[in-house]
Amino acid sequence: MSAESAAEHVHVHEPPSSFIRRWIFSTDHKVVGIQYWILALVAAFVGMWLSVVFRLHLANEGTIAQLNNQLSALAPDSAQAQALTEQIKALQAKWFVLTPEKYLSYLTMHGTILVFMVLTTAPMGGFGNYFLPIQIGALDMAFPRLNMLSIWLTILSFITLMAAFFVPGGPPNSGWTGYPPLSAIPAAQGKGYEGPGGYGQDLWVLSIAIFCFASLVGAINFIVTTLDLRTKGMTMLRMPLTCWAWFVTAILSLLSFAVLLVAGLLLLLDRNAGTSFFIPGDLFFNKPLVDHRGGSPILFQHLFWFFGHPEVYIAIVPGMGLVSHLLSTFARKPVFGYAAMVFAIFGIGIVGFFVWGHHMFQSGMSPYVAVAFSVMTMVVGVPSAIKTFNWLGTLWGGNIRFTSPMLYALGFVSLFVTGGIGGIFLGQNAVDIYFHDTYFVVGHFHLIMGVAAIFAMFAGTAFWFPKMFGRMMNEPLGKIHFWITFAGVNVIFITMHLMGLEGHPRRYSGFNYDFLSSNYMVTCHKIVTHTAILTATTQLLLLVNIVYSLFAGPKATDNPWEATSLEWAIPSPPPFENFKGGHVPEVHHGPYEFSVPGAAKDYIMQQEPPEARPATAPSAH
Amino acid sequence: MAALEIREAPAAAPARLSEGAGGPSGPAGGSDGGGDGDGDGGKGQHLPRRTYFTALWLALAGSFMIFAALASSYIVRRGLGGDWQALHLPPILWFNTLALLGSSALVEWARRGLAAGRLDAFRMRWLSGTTLGLMFLGGQGVAWWELHRAGMTLSANISASFFYVLTVAHALHVLVGVGALLYVAALALKGRAEAKGGLAADLSALYWHVLDGVWLCVLGLMLVWR
Ligand code: HEM
Ligand SMILES: [Cu+2]
Repeated sequence: MSAESAAEHVHVHEPPSSFIRRWIFSTDHKVVGIQYWILALVAAFVGMWLSVVFRLHLANEGTIAQLNNQLSALAPDSAQAQALTEQIKALQAKWFVLTPEKYLSYLTMHGTILVFMVLTTAPMGGFGNYFLPIQIGALDMAFPRLNMLSIWLTILSFITLMAAFFVPGGPPNSGWTGYPPLSAIPAAQGKGYEGPGGYGQDLWVLSIAIFCFASLVGAINFIVTTLDLRTKGMTMLRMPLTCWAWFVTAILSLLSFAVLLVAGLLLLLDRNAGTSFFIPGDLFFNKPLVDHRGGSPILFQHLFWFFGHPEVYIAIVPGMGLVSHLLSTFARKPVFGYAAMVFAIFGIGIVGFFVWGHHMFQSGMSPYVAVAFSVMTMVVGVPSAIKTFNWLGTLWGGNIRFTSPMLYALGFVSLFVTGGIGGIFLGQNAVDIYFHDTYFVVGHFHLIMGVAAIFAMFAGTAFWFPKMFGRMMNEPLGKIHFWITFAGVNVIFITMHLMGLEGHPRRYSGFNYDFLSSNYMVTCHKIVTHTAILTATTQLLLLVNIVYSLFAGPKATDNPWEATSLEWAIPSPPPFENFKGGHVPEVHHGPYEFSVPGAAKDYIMQQEPPEARPATAPSAH
Repeated sequence: MAALEIREAPAAAPARLSEGAGGPSGPAGGSDGGGDGDGDGGKGQHLPRRTYFTALWLALAGSFMIFAALASSYIVRRGLGGDWQALHLPPILWFNTLALLGSSALVEWARRGLAAGRLDAFRMRWLSGTTLGLMFLGGQGVAWWELHRAGMTLSANISASFFYVLTVAHALHVLVGVGALLYVAALALKGRAEAKGGLAADLSALYWHVLDGVWLCVLGLMLVWR
């Protein structure tokens, strides 16, 4: 259609001169990306330290339970009994021994902050914003102003969520899944039925709704940019797998966040306008709570998990893309089965929309439906396995360079497999009757979603830091951080699997440890808490590494990792318009041309002239 | 050590728009140094025309999911609890439906006028179409008021709750649509409606037609499962 004259002259575009337009309310995708990345970093530390607080609580609850056991064996007014009673009182007075409501509040905030503000921001909004346009050869996202809108709405959403700490009644306590009726009835939260309370839950819903809207806008931007702004020669099948992953993630976001938005808005009406979408009739708390009949909490669960399962892929798929990219780069080998990787990502994305019922096996659904969901869940295992085998295939026989980004990427693969094996147990509807709502589930999703995705973020940070900030990160520090964190999370979450096997339920602030094998369980809690403190503290190493390298790291060359994609063909850090003078190079090669027989060096960058690849070399894919 | 040569010669001028709107999988031109800076954040990135349509279709896919989620909730919730009271839809909805469909027809007719270069016809038809759109919104307001007066408030019964939620969600979309129509009308008054091949008019017309479809589905839902 509108063919432009080919004789346009070059404009040089200067960045905005005002500080605010350049760095705060900026439309530059690189600044927006870094803002997402910083948001995730801040949120990760808030969420992680919250978990340390309630881990301290859980370990001490165990000790208190043990002391109570001993106490019950003694004569009530013996000196020993009095000493024990004193000891228990002293423990209970500690600031980190929480009331059950507080425990649930912190748990809820921990989950919400990490799932939404970390796992859903950095992998896509952070690295994706920064590198998608550069990797496909564009000057910016398709709609830079909408992009700015996305990040600032997301920040607003984070502030709204944090505000829940400071309102009467405190933060909500209905879990990151926000199930009604607990989340829907103001009386169930905060100070109880008579007093005010539940503002925290309102803020939570509001925050999620804003987040949904921001994600929808962001998703549209990502898809349009990928489809329509690729430079000449950058066919879809020449895109790095990172770009494919962001593309699929954006499609998942677009289709799933809209549904969560609906669930959130209906919940808000139930809370504040007296409707009965989710609140069942005949609820009673001292007096009748609602005057209607009907209303279905299960309906909320369906809406939530229709979003929720795709959401777990939104968190992990960008990591899969990045890890494929890194394994190839640092093994100096082409990705094993590039096309299969693309199909597997799509397969995971599509099938992921038909498995949500596996979170609801215990909701009273018909066993026939449960079997259908169970089978679909097993089907997702196929593309997941394809990806895993292709990762191994990429490594096989490679000339591996064990840099810190590579270690993090390998850690991702390991955690993904370990966590995924738990998923195969949970996906059987019969087995899940036992495991549902135990620590087994907590162990499963932390390994696979929590820390695997976080390891991908570590990898992305270590890999792209030189490009983003022009300086290298410290390698030894990175490796120490990797090994302690990797060992720590395995201890924490494998122990949780064991607790789940014993039947320890999740989301309980305390428990009658007589009932479970008492000492074993308390020991597990203590191991987890101690390791969690160690691992959380280790994250300060990362912070130190980032801050130190920002100012004192060695200057990065343009392509320190000898990688092939377009971001390594431009200066570190890149100029305002990415490619000098807005001249985007033409792409002549696939993304993973490593160790091509007969080539001058062991990698061919995508923008190198066609002759860089010897005519005799076998074709890439 | 890496080859960092970025080809600057105009001969390599990689990303010209000359191939126009190829299929989405073709090598798409897009980022070039020229462009008129439309929504570009100051880098002069030129967007091919189809980009705007891609974005609009995607936004509509998001909206589709919103209405799909509401509709399935409607059907599920109606089948539960036995507390559902059939709602008597206010008759004015029929008038509103006609207004919306008529508006769409006028807008389409206007757009064709624009394509044929008949600016006066375009303005007349477009403004009448926009007026009908505003009448739809006013009519929906009347419907809400009538229901409210009849005691069917938001919380009176779940059927009314769904009625309000569905119609308000649709009305918000219509509000955005009316805003777009007015924006094009303002462009037309400044004599710039045909800029970029009538892009703004084409986009808002497409959006506007889809809202017709959404409304018919919403209405159908509430008629079939009363
Ligand atoms: C082989 C693949 C997988 C299977 C078969 C699987 C299966 C399951 C099942 C059946 C549950 C529900 C357990 C219950 O509540 O009783 C579950 C929970 C969960 N899974 Fe997976 N999963 C797999 C992969 C993943 C991946 C890749 C992620 C994220 C990246 C993930 C994240 C989660 C989360 C977050 C939960 C818990 C949600 C909650 O209740 O709070 N899973 N998984
Ligand atoms: Cu799931």
